[in-house]
Order: sequence, then structure tokens, then C-alpha cells
Amino acid sequence: MTFEEIKNRAKSEWEALQNSTYILIGTATCGRAAGALDTVDAFNNELARRSIEVPITQVGCMGLCYAEPLVTISKPEFLRVVYHNVTPELVPRLVEGYIMSDDPCLELALGTLEGGGEEAPYVPELPRFEHELRLVLRRCGYVDPENINHYIANGGYSSLERVLQMQPEGIVEEIKSSGLRGRGGAGFPTGRKWEFCRASEGEPKYVVCNADEGDPGAFMDRVVLESDPQQVIEGMIIGGYVIGSKQGYIYIRAEYPLAVERVKIALKQAEELGLLGDNILGTGFNFHIDLAMGAGAFVSGEETALMAAVEGKMSTPRPRPPYPAQSGLWGKPTLLNNVKTFANIPLIIERGADWFASIGTEGSKGTAVFTLAGKVNNAGLAEVPMGTTLRELVYDIAGGIPKDKSFKAVQIGGPSGGCLPESLLDTPIDFDSLREAGSMMGSGGMIVIDEDNCMVDAARFFLDFTTKESCGKCTMCRLGTLQMLRILEDVTTGKGKIEDLDLLLELAEDVKAGSLCALGGTAPNPALTTLRYFRDEYEAHVLEKRCPAKVCPELTAYYILPDKCERSCEHCVLTCPTEAIKGEKGEIKVIEQEKCVNCGTCLDVCPPEYDAVVKLSPITQLPPEDLAAKERGIAQQAQQVA
Amino acid sequence: MTVEEKEQLAGILGRYRKESSNLIPLLQEVQEILGYLSREAMREIASFLEIPEVEVYGTATFYNQFRFVPLGKHHIRVCMGTACHLAGGKLILEALERELGIKVGDTSEDGNFSLERVACIGCCMLAPVVVIGDKIYPKMTPFKGEETLIPYKQKIQEESPSNEQS
Repeated sequence: MTFEEIKNRAKSEWEALQNSTYILIGTATCGRAAGALDTVDAFNNELARRSIEVPITQVGCMGLCYAEPLVTISKPEFLRVVYHNVTPELVPRLVEGYIMSDDPCLELALGTLEGGGEEAPYVPELPRFEHELRLVLRRCGYVDPENINHYIANGGYSSLERVLQMQPEGIVEEIKSSGLRGRGGAGFPTGRKWEFCRASEGEPKYVVCNADEGDPGAFMDRVVLESDPQQVIEGMIIGGYVIGSKQGYIYIRAEYPLAVERVKIALKQAEELGLLGDNILGTGFNFHIDLAMGAGAFVSGEETALMAAVEGKMSTPRPRPPYPAQSGLWGKPTLLNNVKTFANIPLIIERGADWFASIGTEGSKGTAVFTLAGKVNNAGLAEVPMGTTLRELVYDIAGGIPKDKSFKAVQIGGPSGGCLPESLLDTPIDFDSLREAGSMMGSGGMIVIDEDNCMVDAARFFLDFTTKESCGKCTMCRLGTLQMLRILEDVTTGKGKIEDLDLLLELAEDVKAGSLCALGGTAPNPALTTLRYFRDEYEAHVLEKRCPAKVCPELTAYYILPDKCERSCEHCVLTCPTEAIKGEKGEIKVIEQEKCVNCGTCLDVCPPEYDAVVKLSPITQLPPEDLAAKERGIAQQAQQVA
Repeated sequence: MTVEEKEQLAGILGRYRKESSNLIPLLQEVQEILGYLSREAMREIASFLEIPEVEVYGTATFYNQFRFVPLGKHHIRVCMGTACHLAGGKLILEALERELGIKVGDTSEDGNFSLERVACIGCCMLAPVVVIGDKIYPKMTPFKGEETLIPYKQKIQEESPSNEQS
């Protein structure tokens, strides 16, 4: 088949779907976690019960994860409506209302995909989309990731067809002038990397896609691979053509089983149409892609460690240079890019370098894809032009902070990034501004921290992670981070000394200087930024034995205010997991501090009209007897840990 | 290893070429089929690939994915990603440890439950999250964590042979 024939066939399949009634249900991992597969079953059962046939397509994620399960119903001549939080109970109503008759059930809708409706908002005009520019995510949630024809009908593989008629040098120039920088975090200019790799001598050459998305709190690459995997594959094939490679690998986390499955299907379908494999589109160009499964090591996201893993070895980094473009997999020139970098390539070819370069800032072109999580109302995914401010991302797109709590910090770039305070919320999102502020773009995880979170504890959490994930090759990364963690543990348990904070800063510099790869090089960032912007919290822990957010268990006690306890209510007594609350019915309830494990259940269950449970920090606010008991409890627990 | 397990292992090895780059895929598939990597299985892999046993063991222990003891009948993963941590993930883990009487990383003596902490399963909008088998339990609290175990415990009791006799 010629590409023209492939395209026409795909288009007629797509148009036939558009001219019929159909249902789209988001079943990416986030949708599944919210129960989307139950919703799929409910639709199948309801349609079967009424003996009607309407195709259901399982699509990826629209990025509106807070509203999952999301269902779109499309009817010819009618509005396409997106429904949110569709639990199985709502399904009969939707089937009866909109599929059997013409009531679009707008009261259940998030919005419509056609403008002009007054009863439900036009989805692209929801407040968040004012700031968003969807390029990599533009098809996510609208096309079937397991049907290549949906991708082709929406412009897919046209770039590959064009590229195969161009000289590789011309493509390199196009990517260079687009200003695209690597989306894995470091931001190296992609065009230059491709040029180096093309010029490197050695055969065979390899193309590797880094899909080892290890940052806790980041899941952009997973969403792209689960929702629209073909764009990544097309980008890799183009990369193979440019550098003169016949073999590509996608290194993907085993923790992402659905992404793995959908990528496998996508590869098979591309091969069946002659877009991948031998003699691609009859041009004589051969390119194959295999999957390499990650086995769970954060350091494998580092490029040289990743290549060691593909070779079947322990995943430890090695010094650079030589860079992978010169000497990579099995010592051969290797083009290694992130999922989103490859996804941007077909787009640049399709719309031109000038168009791409017109988006973003002077030094960072195009868009940034972020996951929004933590203390925000509308958790999910966003794609914004570079240069958008953190404030717009937190408040306008993620919808601000729940329960009227106040903002404390935004953590960007995962364990390698930093925590930025309110005063830096107007920082534009681009590679250089974030680095200047002490954080980094990283792969694009953004987590919002509110007043209820302790910054020292947050720093301790990240260091605990990097200490565990350090591969152990460099002494400073292996032992320096451990020493930093010990200091932070001392601070959070009230054993810290004020001079420890200076030692922490000193160690941080040493770990940065003494580590081979970015894991150690950036591991101190969470500690450094929290020390820089939230030193008052550190000092409160050390000098006053007080945790301002009332999080650290050794410095915080739960206490039932005797004059507020209602006496006849027993919520706290019945739910306390360690039976630490005593008091018969009709008596004031008292927490036995020795047994209390600071789980907070009593505070959660105490009815708001009594509001009798409080958190106290420092613990010296407890009455003397309780304080003595609390101290005994802490000593016991410390002994157990030891 | 039982005879059946030995046959399964031989079947897996038969499908691979003797190349050291196949070590990780082999370990993954063996674990998938046998549930964990026993000492014997790792020895077999080493002799098949003609590499030192220590290299197999070293590589396997390097990666988080590999286990050296069998999992419980119900495997519980507690997410300890950033969003889950900030929402109290540690309290959930502690609650489950108390309720099951085992520490994270262990399997209960009766083989019914095992408990593991994982870095991030990417469902941050539902934090804190616990996964039992394939089922994801969103927005946990320590109390809900304990409640979640009840149906599993009931099922175990129903299936136990001592129950049938009485």
C-alpha cells in the first residue's frame, strides 16, 4: 500500500466513526484507578440489556484526572458531550437519556466539545485551557491508542512520509532552528545532539527512547504512551533515518504495565502497515524497534545507566565524555531522547521550525508538559507554552488549593528539583529560570505543598528516596546523602543542633561536586532549597523543638480538650488503631500518650461540632503527666526502630 | 524447586539466546512465572548464560523489581510517592504493619499477606493510595486501611481447611 492509500483508508474509518453514535471512555491508569473499567462494564451491560449496539472506544487520558472516569458521547448532528465522574450508577441514565433519546444530560456534563451551548461550558473554554496549549497531548483522550488509523487520520505519519523524501541534513537543520531542547530535564538542544550522532563514526547506530519515568509524582510520559503512543514511535523512526540507524529501543518501566501493552500494540500495527520494519514505505529504509523493560531502578533514568541496563548489566552510570552520541549502547553511537522529545519531532516537521520557535521564551521553545498533584483541586496533566508562570499553573490550571488552606511551596523536578516559595510563584517555567531559582525542569512533575506539610519532612522524604536509589558507585552520593539524611532525621525528631544546618549546606556542596551523574549532582536540591527558603522551619525544629506544620511525630502530640469533649460520643475510642484512648461512655476521653502513634484518626473522626481534638507542638504544651507519657512513648518507639 | 517449576524454568531458558544482555529479561520472566527468584533458579540462569553466579545475584539485587522470597497470597503495595507522602502515606503503611503484624518488605508467616512500599504508581490525584493485588484503593486513611483488609481476611478464613472441618 502507498501512504496515500493507508491515509485514505484511515480517514474513511475515522469519518465513518464521526458519522455514527459512539462512546469514548478514558481508561488510562488514572481512569482505571478511579474505576473506569467498571464504567466500561456498566455501559456494555446496559447496551446489551437494551439490545443496542454502540461502539465503545477505550481512550487515554485528557489530563483532567480529577474528573475521572471521563466519558464522551458523540452523536451525529448533536453536541459531543464530555461527562465527568461517571460511576456505574450514572450509566443507565446516560444511555437512556442521550443514546436512546435526545436529552444530553448536561447536568452530568463537564462540558461540550462544540461551542455555543449555554447550559454546559465549551470544554476548550474552561478556565484552565486559556493558559494551556496542547501539542503533545492534543490527541490524548480523543483517539484510540490501540488503533493506528485514528492516529493516521489525524495527521499521523505524514511527517515520516515527508522526511523520507528529504535529505537528513535538512531535517537536522529544521530541528536545530526549531530550538527544541530535550524534554528529559537537562534541556540539551535536540538538533545538536542529532547532528553529533549523525556525524559520529561507528556501525551500527542505535536510537533509544528513555521512558524510565522514575520521579515520584511525575507521570507525563506514562500518559503519552498510554494515550497516543504512535507519535513517539514516529519520532523515533525519523531519528533513525536522520542518524542512519536500523535499530531502536524503548526503555520503559515495568511498573507501567498498561503503557507497555499499548506500546506493543502500537509497534505491531505500525509494522503491519509498513511504517516500521524493513523497507519502510517502499523507500528501502529499514528500522526496527524493540522494547527493553526497566526493572525498577531510579538511576536508570540517567542515560549512561540506562544503556548499561539495556545491555543487561547493573544500571550504574559512567563518566561522560564520551557521550552516547559518540559511544553509547555496546560502544556504538546512540541517539537517546526522552518520550516527549520524540513526540515533538513529527509536529515540528508538520508545522515547521518557525512555527515551533514562535512558541515559548527566548531560550526555551515549545511547550512544557506538567503533572499537577499534591494539594491542588484539579490534579492532572497540563501542557503550557514555556514561559507560563508557576502561579498560573497552580491557581488557574490546577484550581488552587483545597479547603482554603494556604500555599506553602511548589516542588518541581522530583527528588532532583527544589521547593519554591510563594515569593517565586511568578517565575516563568523554562529551563533556565527554574535552574536559577535552585530547582529544575526535571521531567515535569509539579507537587503543591500547603500549610499542613512540613518542609523539613519534605526534604527528608526526598533524601530518603535518593539515598535508597543511589547506585552506590560514587562515595559522596552513597554516603554523603546518607549523612545528610541522618541530619534531617535529627532535625525532624528534635535532636538537631543549630550548627548541623551549616554542616548540611557543606555536605550538600560536597555531594554535588563528588557525584558522577545527575542523581547525586541534584540530590541535595530539596534540602538546599528548603534551607534557603524555609530556614525558619528548620530553626523552629532545632531551637524550639516545634514543628510549625505539626507533622513530625516526635515534636507533635494529639490532645483532647477536656472542656470540648462531648463525653457521650465514642468516635475516637472506637476508631483508635492502638486503643490509646480511654474513657467510658459519659466520661471525658483521654489519649494515653504512651500508646499514641500520631496517626490522626481521632482528629479526623471527632465531629466538627465538638472539634475537641487538637495537635500541639512543641509537646511541652501537654499537661506534665501527659508529657512524661509522650516522652516514654517516643523512647519506646526509638528503641523498637533500633 | 518442584519438578514442575524445574520444567517451567527449562522452558523459559529454551526460548532465550545465550547472550548476557538477556539476563534482565530472563530474571523478569522467571520471576513472573515462579513468583520470585529462588537461589536455585538464579544458579540455573547463571549456568545457562555461562556467567558467574555472583553476577546474576548482583544484578538481581541491584533492581527493586526482583524478590527473593515468595509473595503472600494477597500482595499489598503502599504508594510512597511524593503526593502520597504529603497526604500521609507513612501513616497508612504503619497502620497496615500494625494490622498485619509484619514489617514492610515481609510476607506473613501463614503466607497470606505481603507488604511492600513502592515509589510511585502515578495515581497522584487519588493520594494516598494502596494497591492490593491489581485493585487500587484511593484516598486512604489509617482507619480505612484497616477496614480494607476485612474482606481479604474473611476470604482467607472461608477458604481455610480448618474452617471446613468445623
